[in-house]
Amino acid sequence: MSAPETKGTGLKWVGRAIRRLEDPALVRGQGRFTADLPATHWVRFVRSAEAAGKIVKIGNPGGKMVITAADLQGVKKITPMLHKFSYRPIGQPILADEVVRYVGEAVAAVVAPSEEEAEDIADLVEIEIDAATSLTDARESLKDGAPQIHAEAPGNVILEGKVKTPGFDAVWNGAAKTIKLDARSHRQNATPMEARAAHAAYDPVSGRVTLHCTTQMPHLMRTAIADVLNIPESDLRVIAPDVGGGFGQKMSLCAEYVVLVWLARKLKSSVAWTEDRRENLIASFHSRDQYITLEAAFDKDARLLALRADVISNIGAYSCFPTTSGVEPLMAMAEMPGPYDVQQYECRARGVITNTCTMAAYRGVSRPVITFTLERLMDKAALAFGMDPIDIRRRNLIDKFPYKSAMGLEYDEATYKETLEMAVKAVDVPAFRARQKAARAKGKYLGLGFATFSERTGYGSPAFAARGMEITPGWETVHLTIDPSGFIEARIGSSPHGQGLRTTLAQIIADEIGVTPDIIKVIHGDTDTAPYGWGTFASRSLVISGGATLIAARKIRAKLIKIASHLLEAAPEDIVLEAGSAKVAGTDRTITIAKMAREAYTQTHKFKGEIEPGMTESGTYDPPGTFSNACHVAMVEVDIETGHVRMEKFLVAEDAGKIINPMIADGQVYGGIAQGIGNALLEEIIYDEAGVPTTATLADYMPPTAHEIPEIELHHIETPSTQSITKAKGLGEGGCIGAPAAIINAINDALTPFNVAIDEIPATPQRVRAALRKAEVKA
Amino acid sequence: MKPAPFIRHVPKTLDEALKMLAEVAPEDGRVLAGGQSLVPIMAFRLAKPAHLVDINEVEGLDRLHSDGKVLSIGARVRHGAFHTAVVDNPLGKLLTFVARHIAHYPIRMRGTFCGSLAHADPSSEWCLVAATLDATMIAKSARGERALKPSDYFEGLMSTALTEDELLAEVRLPLLPADAKFGFNEFSRRAGDFAMSASLVTYTVKNGKIADAHVGVGGAEPSPRRIPEAEAALNGQPPADTAFRAAAEAAASAIDPLEDHQTTGEYRRDLVRAVVRRALEHSQT
Repeated sequence: MSAPETKGTGLKWVGRAIRRLEDPALVRGQGRFTADLPATHWVRFVRSAEAAGKIVKIGNPGGKMVITAADLQGVKKITPMLHKFSYRPIGQPILADEVVRYVGEAVAAVVAPSEEEAEDIADLVEIEIDAATSLTDARESLKDGAPQIHAEAPGNVILEGKVKTPGFDAVWNGAAKTIKLDARSHRQNATPMEARAAHAAYDPVSGRVTLHCTTQMPHLMRTAIADVLNIPESDLRVIAPDVGGGFGQKMSLCAEYVVLVWLARKLKSSVAWTEDRRENLIASFHSRDQYITLEAAFDKDARLLALRADVISNIGAYSCFPTTSGVEPLMAMAEMPGPYDVQQYECRARGVITNTCTMAAYRGVSRPVITFTLERLMDKAALAFGMDPIDIRRRNLIDKFPYKSAMGLEYDEATYKETLEMAVKAVDVPAFRARQKAARAKGKYLGLGFATFSERTGYGSPAFAARGMEITPGWETVHLTIDPSGFIEARIGSSPHGQGLRTTLAQIIADEIGVTPDIIKVIHGDTDTAPYGWGTFASRSLVISGGATLIAARKIRAKLIKIASHLLEAAPEDIVLEAGSAKVAGTDRTITIAKMAREAYTQTHKFKGEIEPGMTESGTYDPPGTFSNACHVAMVEVDIETGHVRMEKFLVAEDAGKIINPMIADGQVYGGIAQGIGNALLEEIIYDEAGVPTTATLADYMPPTAHEIPEIELHHIETPSTQSITKAKGLGEGGCIGAPAAIINAINDALTPFNVAIDEIPATPQRVRAALRKAEVKA
Repeated sequence: MKPAPFIRHVPKTLDEALKMLAEVAPEDGRVLAGGQSLVPIMAFRLAKPAHLVDINEVEGLDRLHSDGKVLSIGARVRHGAFHTAVVDNPLGKLLTFVARHIAHYPIRMRGTFCGSLAHADPSSEWCLVAATLDATMIAKSARGERALKPSDYFEGLMSTALTEDELLAEVRLPLLPADAKFGFNEFSRRAGDFAMSASLVTYTVKNGKIADAHVGVGGAEPSPRRIPEAEAALNGQPPADTAFRAAAEAAASAIDPLEDHQTTGEYRRDLVRAVVRRALEHSQT
């Protein structure tokens, strides 16, 4: 390892900010990405320019290979399934078949010897569509007489979840005060730095196709594509090489990948497709397009008694596989009560079909939206009670554990109040208020906003089963091997793509078996070499794959102790594993782990049949889930003349249980906040009246740049989780869950003198200024 | 996002370039200078020129020269050339201040002043400079040379009086009086984005009163231009808040605002009011 002072000191690796083992290759430009692979054929998709209508004709410019739905006989539609919530299965044809349902839907695939030629030909493919009335807004889709986008889903509703606790009405009717909020979250795109890409190569000897693609779940891609093409899974190998970010967008099955595998089999050759940014912005997957009406009932002391929510989630034109488009509305329904002690709850959550790009998971899944909604409501309630926003939170945050939510979720021990107090102290609220007052006198408007939230992470199959998912993810398996040379390989079913799992899992293994992380390789992303697993999403991998790693490492440890006890002729309880060796405590008798591993393969006769040959152990973990938590604080300055919001500072006090690598943990939080700032202020996919997206470049769809990211101050509390054997909780999503809420609350705080409310994300300068103009504040 | 096929020509002299341009102009030929606007548009296939006349090796077009009255900026002069003052005159400082608002550093090292003017994006800082300072645009072709003033040169959104066989070979900016004041302000959502509105002002102060006010507004209308109503509100007034606010109000009323899916005309007027006043306030710093 590059940190010599730590080597062999016997210090624990877990908890140390060691440098990421994956970085040397990436920073030297040696990363291997899908688009780096050479191919014989290149594909360009021809996409619908109409949001709705019947396909009349697809012209072939002559002599070119243009694949359409008519060619894909026998290929099934992508039809994800939920067995709950009145879910109506709708099918997505791999290429648009007879009708188109959104601008950007792939209608034809052009095949040519180069990307450039494929694009030239695609320009010449004329698609004639008899355009029909389109719907882009979920509320329009719900109206009586709205066009039906899928015959299988009358009223354009794909699912409807409803819950109501038995005592709700009585409590609601007895409340001292009720507060109502109409919140709107506009449509966003996860915008990974690497857009989608796929490369499918046919091997004439085995008849297999190897698909390299940008995915967060290679095993499930293999299962799904084999299903859709009706081929044995063994005929397909899926590899996720280096992947340049996913954020949920690369979880779902892309129809394009199916086309690539189909073409490789048909052409018996290699075929590649690299998505461009325009396609990614209009035709990959979108998220966050929701209307939420939230009402809360309080007693006279501002104690929250009951919550009532109506969630309308615009799911786009199709349902995403494997989660289905229930991913947003059902997450909203399950977790709306957030970090507050409230036992009465009513919710109606609908997924609504529109003629827009399909919705799928995006970092945080619904929780950035519900946190923004709930935290806005708490601030609004504070105002109505004449209280400080901090005090109303103090009064209502959960502080007894385990806590069972109104939805039946069990919250393990967390620090909702402690992180709030930590943040309040770090911010120095009185000093800020003084500065705010002085600034107002000069016509400058500073604002301070708080957001507290719980983040359910690391949840296994029971949590997914509660949604009635036909495909129920959850568990993870790790195969851990010490090879005869003494080096260690962990083969994992998770599929990290930036999370640093090669480092953190190595830290866990290193501590358990007394070695240094640099001799440990974590192997992932290849269905031929990694065990079946669900991949990396939902802030799960360090908890679940980490737990499976620890289980496997404990087995290896037990085996090493057993071997050492044989070879050193000592009692197992006297064996200590450290610094790459086994020692008999209190003696100088020692044997290296490398030598023991060698003997486990090559000297098995010594163990008289008492120890199985080889040195591979397997661990599987399927935990119930654990709740991370944080308090986010935004400080902003609002320019009342232009509506511009400048981020002054951001502060986080967070608790994600045991931290395995503080540097990587901080990196996750920083990145999440950066995305949260984009979600709060800048990023919005906009469709025009005809259903055409007008934000198809990064000049129009605006992720934040480094310039828009302020100083971020992080504070940590570590509350070891009882629901996770590594004691770690997940933290991949928290940054972007809390940031929009804190920022919008800060904007509203800044604008207190003007009696305006901003309950919409992103809070673009146009929206902020429009609210001020309505309040007759002069520019 | 690959451009359609094209042929790139690389002339070495101006005569050669103009001759080539005349030849390829009827077949959708375009001039390639820094390429910071043209190349992305080609990648999106919004433009599919069959020929590019690449002027990056043409001798003499990198000329940047002041004769004491006029600053001449050749077609190959990059934005980055203005990172430090190019002339010992308030104009030098003005150009330096404005230049750092143009996009991002790598773009400024490649994109050209004249290229911005030929592209004529309404948000372009250099177009605003040309309009506000009454620049002279020198268009050259195999047929000859002509000089255009801003009101004749700018013809709307990304549209100019240049004919397809003409090269914007040079732009001439008059130097400012030694005691001239200038101020600039622009509003964009992210650092380096296209300005949603921008204003450049210059004036001198005679006996405590503003004289010869130039108030330019960009990003708000299809082309940048001087706003006479705002200038009238300044000339003869003391350079202070009252006149600045009156000028800002006059500019906000005078414009015929661009609108888009996110931006209403009302909002654009709000921005113009803000940027004009802020540019005027900047002139006092």
